[in-house]
Amino acid sequence: MTTLMSASGAAAGDGPLLAVDNLTVRFPTADGLVHAVTELSYTVELGKTLGIVGESGSGKSVSSMAVLGLHDSRTARIAGSIRIAGEEVVGADQGTLRRIRGNVAAMIFQDALAALHPFKRIGKQLSEAYLVHHPQATKREARRRAIQMLDRVGIPQPERRVDDFSHQFSGGMRQRAMIAMGLINDPSLLIADEPTTALDVTVQAQILDLLQDLQREFNSGVVLITHDLGVVAEVADDVLVMYGGRGVEYGPCREILTHPEMPYTWGLLSSVPDVHADPNARLIPITGNPPSLLDPPAGCLFHPRCAHVHKVSGDLCRTVLPELVPGPRGSGHLKRCHLPDPESIYESEVLPEIAPDLAEVADVGREG
Amino acid sequence: MFSFLVKRIVSGFVIVVLVSLAVFTLFFYGPKSPALELCRRDTHNRCGPTSPKLEEYEQRLGYNNPMLSEYAKWAKGLVAGRTITIGATDYDCSAPCLGVSYRDRTSVSAQLKERFPITLSLAVGASVLYLLIGVTMGVLAARRRGTTTDRLLVSSTLVFSSVPYYLVALLSMLTLTISTDIFPRVEYHPFLDNPLKWATGLLLVWLVLGIYGSTSYTRYARGSMVESLSEDYVRTARAKGLSNSAVVVKHALRSALVPVATIFGLDFAFLLAGTVFTEKIFGLEGIGKWGLDATYIKDLPVVQATSLVLAVSVVAANILVDILYSFLDPRVRLS
Repeated sequence: MTTLMSASGAAAGDGPLLAVDNLTVRFPTADGLVHAVTELSYTVELGKTLGIVGESGSGKSVSSMAVLGLHDSRTARIAGSIRIAGEEVVGADQGTLRRIRGNVAAMIFQDALAALHPFKRIGKQLSEAYLVHHPQATKREARRRAIQMLDRVGIPQPERRVDDFSHQFSGGMRQRAMIAMGLINDPSLLIADEPTTALDVTVQAQILDLLQDLQREFNSGVVLITHDLGVVAEVADDVLVMYGGRGVEYGPCREILTHPEMPYTWGLLSSVPDVHADPNARLIPITGNPPSLLDPPAGCLFHPRCAHVHKVSGDLCRTVLPELVPGPRGSGHLKRCHLPDPESIYESEVLPEIAPDLAEVADVGREG
Repeated sequence: MFSFLVKRIVSGFVIVVLVSLAVFTLFFYGPKSPALELCRRDTHNRCGPTSPKLEEYEQRLGYNNPMLSEYAKWAKGLVAGRTITIGATDYDCSAPCLGVSYRDRTSVSAQLKERFPITLSLAVGASVLYLLIGVTMGVLAARRRGTTTDRLLVSSTLVFSSVPYYLVALLSMLTLTISTDIFPRVEYHPFLDNPLKWATGLLLVWLVLGIYGSTSYTRYARGSMVESLSEDYVRTARAKGLSNSAVVVKHALRSALVPVATIFGLDFAFLLAGTVFTEKIFGLEGIGKWGLDATYIKDLPVVQATSLVLAVSVVAANILVDILYSFLDPRVRLS
């Protein structure tokens, strides 16, 4: 598999592989300006996985499409900076973008049935992706490469299936083919936009395993967009929680999942079902609806749905937007919340509700 | 695929038979006797709807026999040929026999053989043009959706297609070939004799028909393209790093053409059945004009022949579109 080893990976000499800084994406519409993503910043290192979590409409997909410059410049207003291996994407010309797309940075879309062309053979779609970035390669070489990639992602009889159409593949196989297409040029950055959403649970696990294997093999950086915290817990090194187009909590995966400090993250954790959990544990949905991106609420975006507003003195939550700053647990863990002591609220109020057994352990630990 | 084709051809055959039966029925039970024209011609206009002479002609032409037996005779002539007797003259009509025209007593199939290439030439040239112009304009408008170019293109097609076609045809003939020499005179030369003359002689007709017909194709293609440009797989193609033109042509247009091809097949069939206005205005002796003239004088064999051409073209075009469809959309191919 030495031929599969990444050559473009070396491009990121210094600095992170992907650095998103103060990214703002807005769409002018007839009803007004939609603030899809506002002042979003994050970084991804080579070989690491960042999980971006949030409800539908929180700006996860919009921000990652901006990374590949996929927004129509006539309908989207993009500000801030996105650097892939040191190269600026925001405002880059089409030639630069085309060189990056599918080559340095590739994207895997969520619904592979819709994301693969219905009238073109799978192999053709794969070799096309290879040929764009290897103009000197022959069609035969590209086809061989396509078969090799299909084989690598675990499609049985790749020599035969390479000539199939996407409707002849099962859902899991389509997503595998999609991954093969994303990785065919050894990209150093892979953006996976809810890659397991349309799949059933057993296949989801297979696809996640495959993604992890490939990431280790190719040593690429991965941005995994999902609304499933279970998926994040399994594969991510870092987690970014998004709400209403802004980052609201950001830090190492274990840290965020074990010591969440933002009520919205608590809400997400409370609504994850767990097979091993105490059957008496409750799933608590977050009440209310995601904020309007046309007219975002003043103050903290989450305050209309937050159960802890009264614990903050004065009208702070309703009037002042909290900054995304390090919380009590150190500089690696950023949160956007006014709550003075989120950890004790989490342990005394949230944990007992969602995982009574864990809460007891925490209590015992503190007493001893 | 094979059994599908056989099924379609059988059902197509049934449709053709039903159409020709319907034409027969109209003539047999219609208000005006089809024998009248022939009778008038032979008696120097002294034949009226009540004169005994007419009854004699009806007898000779078989209109007093049961309709189905006459239909059987006609159908048999189509396959095996027959001898037609009108008055004292016998006409030897070899297969495929479509009868003898009541107006000039010439063989209908011989006339058809002469006229069909004219209509076919018109239809091929015009349809190639309107497909090309329409799809190009539609793609252009779809890619610039919402801009001035888009609005200009769409509204100009609306303006153009709301002017009556015969007016456009008549005016362009008058201004472009008669009062000026911008275009060569419209005339038909067989393609095999002189392809260049064939093309120049029909150029203006093609352009008029083609541009006029392209307006609806601009709108179909635009709608279809707008839809396919917003598909996920077009975004995937972009994310692969393909050039803009490859994304638009190879990915978006590829799927946008499927619905356009369906409409195109049917439109082409209707063109084959005769472009009556075009042939009349430009003085081309094609099928449309022939059929129209024959209808005025109840010339059954000619009307029967032209409606047969229409029925066969529509049926054949439908089958061809189905075959084409299975090539364009692999999801249809297997089932």
